[in-house]
Amino acid sequence: MARMTMIEAIRDALDVAMGADPTVVVFGEDVGYFGGVFRCTAGLQAKYGKTRCFDTPINESGIVGAGIGMAAYGLKPVVEIQFADYVYPAYDQIVSEAARLRYRSAGQFTCPMVVRMPTGGGIFGGQTHSQSPEALFTHVTGLKTVVPSNPRDAKGLLLSAIEDPDPVIFLEPKRLYNGPFDGHHDRPVTAWKTHELGEVPEGHYTVPLGRAVVRRQGQAATILTYGTMVHVALAAAAESGVDAEVIDLRTLLPLDMETVAASVSKTGRCLVLHEATLTSGYGAELAALVQAECFWHLEAPIRRVAGWDTPYPHTHEWSYFPGPARVAEALRQLVEVA
Amino acid sequence: MPDPDALPPLSLTVPEPEVRPGGQPDFSHVAIPRAGTVRRPPVDADPEEIRDLAFTIIRVMNREGEAVGPWAEALDFTPEDLLEGLRHMMTLRIYDARMLNAQRQQKTSFYMQHLGEEAISCGFQRALAPGDMNFPTYRQAGLLIAAGYPLSAMMNQVFSNAEDPMRGRQLPVCYSSREHGFFTISGNLATQYIQAVGWAMASAISGDRKISAAWIGDGSTAESDFHAALVFASTYKAPVVLNVVNNQWAISTFQGIARGGSGTFAARGLGFGIPSLRVDGNDYLAVMAVAKWAAERARRNLGPTMIEYVTYRAGGHSTSDDPSAYRPAEESTAWPLGDPVLRLKNHLIRLGVWSDERHAQAEAEILAEITAAQKRAEAIGTLHHGQHPSPVDMFEDVYAEMPPHLLKQRHEAGF
Ligand SMILES: Cc1ncc(C[n+]2csc(CCOP(=O)(O)OP(=O)(O)O)c2C)c(N)n1
Repeated sequence: MARMTMIEAIRDALDVAMGADPTVVVFGEDVGYFGGVFRCTAGLQAKYGKTRCFDTPINESGIVGAGIGMAAYGLKPVVEIQFADYVYPAYDQIVSEAARLRYRSAGQFTCPMVVRMPTGGGIFGGQTHSQSPEALFTHVTGLKTVVPSNPRDAKGLLLSAIEDPDPVIFLEPKRLYNGPFDGHHDRPVTAWKTHELGEVPEGHYTVPLGRAVVRRQGQAATILTYGTMVHVALAAAAESGVDAEVIDLRTLLPLDMETVAASVSKTGRCLVLHEATLTSGYGAELAALVQAECFWHLEAPIRRVAGWDTPYPHTHEWSYFPGPARVAEALRQLVEVA
Repeated sequence: MPDPDALPPLSLTVPEPEVRPGGQPDFSHVAIPRAGTVRRPPVDADPEEIRDLAFTIIRVMNREGEAVGPWAEALDFTPEDLLEGLRHMMTLRIYDARMLNAQRQQKTSFYMQHLGEEAISCGFQRALAPGDMNFPTYRQAGLLIAAGYPLSAMMNQVFSNAEDPMRGRQLPVCYSSREHGFFTISGNLATQYIQAVGWAMASAISGDRKISAAWIGDGSTAESDFHAALVFASTYKAPVVLNVVNNQWAISTFQGIARGGSGTFAARGLGFGIPSLRVDGNDYLAVMAVAKWAAERARRNLGPTMIEYVTYRAGGHSTSDDPSAYRPAEESTAWPLGDPVLRLKNHLIRLGVWSDERHAQAEAEILAEITAAQKRAEAIGTLHHGQHPSPVDMFEDVYAEMPPHLLKQRHEAGF
């Protein structure tokens, strides 16, 4: 075991995959020589050569489209979109092509590709370096969508994603690249290297897609969340004094409904938390599923806490995304419902 | 057909720059014609007959600081105009240095500078008229400076303080001023390029006289939106100037990755029948001369022009970048087209209207002016101190009228 940052864990996963499987290729903007603007691919070109890890032109539609062609040939492309905010030009290739290749060719062509991208806010990135577009992907059939919340999961989930026979959208909360984040911008940041979840097993291991994990046990309410907000949920649970259970979903699709239902059935109260804008967000899907599966156990209406329905602002990001105070307040209200 | 099995196996080409850190910078492969040697065609020239201009470099100022050749002769600027141009460039450079420093002092989150590229935006703006519209990237603040936009407004945005004209919503360098012909900057590369063409088409549809200018970096020309713009501009002969700033680098990626080692960026226009020119982007006079040529074509309804400015990004990509990780530190000094500010300075000295002393004095004046503006801006606030726009602003301008669900969220947020 070594303690590492999420950046290092992602790099380690890519290294393990490339070392074991010569069909794994890694590319994207600034990914080759420099190793990516967040350095997730640093050293891979030197180690595996420039036809297995290379820089691409700035063309997201091209990156994904070329990846699809390579996957159809038999390679396993792991492509990087520099920021999730820049995936929109590639959206047609992802939605109309990657997601449906297997279906529309009756299984003759498949797309075992991973599309990695840094997502989320909290770094003063303004509206084009902060978005959380997961709902745009979970709405598309044929895709799997993953959001890790710590280095250990990031490596294990990425290896699962690379080994998966279908296209996987891998969203990396960039606020967590270097350490966990409890949503308090005025508190010192803990480094993953001093944090238990920074402990990453060596070599190959996987964290299966479609399995959630309980990060905090509790009896009074369940918080369903993922990515950066897992840490905010933990902070909010502690601050609120509410005995809340925190579930880290890890994969949004496929969703581990079993773990979710077991927890909500136990606590009888459910708060759905995400950083992305509220309306038609992934939280709406969670709320609908929970109400269908756990209706007779629910003691209060399901609550959603999310980013406001505005573009992500630069200066006001602390007011924009759900911080621990907002989540704690919602938790208290949730348990007050008689 | 040859027997495929008899051929050697295929291999992939991945272009690489000539040198990496530790290597010796070498620009000997950049063919640079002598100043004044490239012809100046009439603005209504047949695009087919000026294809060669997409492969050369139009230059006006020679090593001695003289303005020579046909492009120089067509310039109708007075020495006062040029002195003003020098002042714009010096202002941009000093402003950049101050803001870069402010970022290091955590007074702002982020900054992007123009070092070495000042002549392009400052020079181009002189060819525009009030009402024309630029669709810029984050590296053309010179368009604003040359259009007289107040530096204090720019700083207020950089510091995200209570007077930030973008009300805390945009990144520090993503300025916007409709009044100064500066379309609001997007962080998403290339999207503005096709929008500029649409704006120009609208001007033509409306029987107006305004033209637009599209801006993009060499790396971003790989984006599909760039190609969409060329299709629309050539199909409808839109009154637009299509600018490409080739500063050699797109973050860590050298320009050959966007271009594939063939042709030039200007040559991308040729397949669309768009007259395309390459110009020395560190030569203020050449920039102005070519910009005027292209603007005149647009105004005379002769359609789009593509201009590639050959320059070098001497600074980092942004305050988050470390260029020494991917290129030799000495590369910017080895760049053969020199420093745009020094070159215009030398030209003006040669004309007898400027001197080293007056230059030093101007530098001190501009610095004092910028420092004073900075003091005023900082007194209002910086990123982590002082007065900021109210978070209630966050909810406005999402729609013309705030819909009920957003109003509800605003109340929930406590406003
Ligand atoms: C659609 C999109 N993809 C990626 C990025 C990330 N990005 C920001 S600047 C940049 C490099 C742009 O290089 P170039 O066009 O040459 O302009 P320069 O910065 O050199 O002026 C990249 C890749 C982005 N902003 N938008």
